Amino acid sequence: MMPLSDAAVASLRALADWPDATDTKYDILERIGRGGMGSVYLARDRALDRRVAMKVVSLPEPVGGSGLAGERLTREARILAGLEHPGLVPVHDAGILADGRPYYVMKWIRGTRLDAYLQTPRTEADRLRIFARICDAVAFAHTSGVIHRDLTPANIMVGAFGEVLVLDWGLARIRFDRTGASPATTQPGTVIGTAGFMAPELAAGRSDASDERTDVYALGSILEVLAQPPGAGPVARPLAAVIAKARAAAPSDRYLAVALLAADTERYRAGEPVEAYRENPLEWATRVAARHQTAIMLVAVYIVIRVILLAVR
Amino acid sequence: MSKPVFGLILGGILGIFDGLSALVSAPEVAPQIVGIVIGSTFKGLITGVLIGYFARKVHSLALGLLFGLAVGALLAYGVVAMQVAQGGKAYYLPIMLPGAALGLIVGYATQRHRERPSQAGAGQ
Repeated sequence: MMPLSDAAVASLRALADWPDATDTKYDILERIGRGGMGSVYLARDRALDRRVAMKVVSLPEPVGGSGLAGERLTREARILAGLEHPGLVPVHDAGILADGRPYYVMKWIRGTRLDAYLQTPRTEADRLRIFARICDAVAFAHTSGVIHRDLTPANIMVGAFGEVLVLDWGLARIRFDRTGASPATTQPGTVIGTAGFMAPELAAGRSDASDERTDVYALGSILEVLAQPPGAGPVARPLAAVIAKARAAAPSDRYLAVALLAADTERYRAGEPVEAYRENPLEWATRVAARHQTAIMLVAVYIVIRVILLAVR
Repeated sequence: MSKPVFGLILGGILGIFDGLSALVSAPEVAPQIVGIVIGSTFKGLITGVLIGYFARKVHSLALGLLFGLAVGALLAYGVVAMQVAQGGKAYYLPIMLPGAALGLIVGYATQRHRERPSQAGAGQ
């Protein structure tokens, strides 16, 4: 028997991995994304004649979706379906494909992942606006007891109309179950999340200790990315202090809630003092002067007029 | 507070300072400083309330600055005209220029000042 080449194996695998949606009302058009758990496909809803995004578990998985990935995908769909917010992608449908793999269908978002979005120069105001929207969505999820646990720029999408969406809730933890979703599937000791963005408690395998402050840590890491785009200068001290507080190693030293982090960031954006940083008198004067440049200039004009009149007297 | 009241207070305060500045620019008027400060304050109050009322009706920084400049210069001209009518010298520039500058400041500040919705509606 002739052994197959790596390329041949890859082709066969790709063919086998292609979803069999014959029992559904969807036509799979193309793969538009791939993650650790599954792939996202652009599909066409024949009934409503519209494009949708379909997330399907990748092979290998036990038929019927009883594997860990299938359970996570189903859970992710239920979590998203229970959360209605402009920053969260609405779920339209869910089920099992003819090949036995679980899937769910969501709104197709035309946009760019945040990490790619930031490759183009953006103003600080735009970047902070995006951060505020991310915090809105995450804070809303927290009110429903859902902790994301894997917030990264790759899991944030900026839509074509400027909307900001938080994606990939597959690793989310439900702190208090109001939807009847399946129990937590994370075994104690499992390290989940993305390096550079996962809180220390997650990196230590204490996923059961994760709470809202876990997401605060990740949001602080995202803010650090937003605050330091390629080619930008040093981060302002107040903003650096906000980031440092959000990314404190001990959860008790972080902002207690996403809303507090968002509020402090908003204060920075508005030119107001932030709670995370105590200004010295010179910094206070510089900030006030920067915020009231026109008024100071007008007063200076008045003084100059007075001085000139005095000189020509 | 409402914009007219804000303008009134700011105009009055700036009027006091403007009047006191005469001690620096014209020390010889020191014996009449009380009257100068009262007059300057009164001018500032009128300037401020007019500009503040304009700012409530017209939400435009550029127009607010122009209106402030014009009102400040006009009222200062009135002061000079009164002095000339009483036989005094015509100090047009030394009085109108600072007056116009103060009008600019009040015009800017009243345009930037935020009224609460109930106060904004009450004036309409």
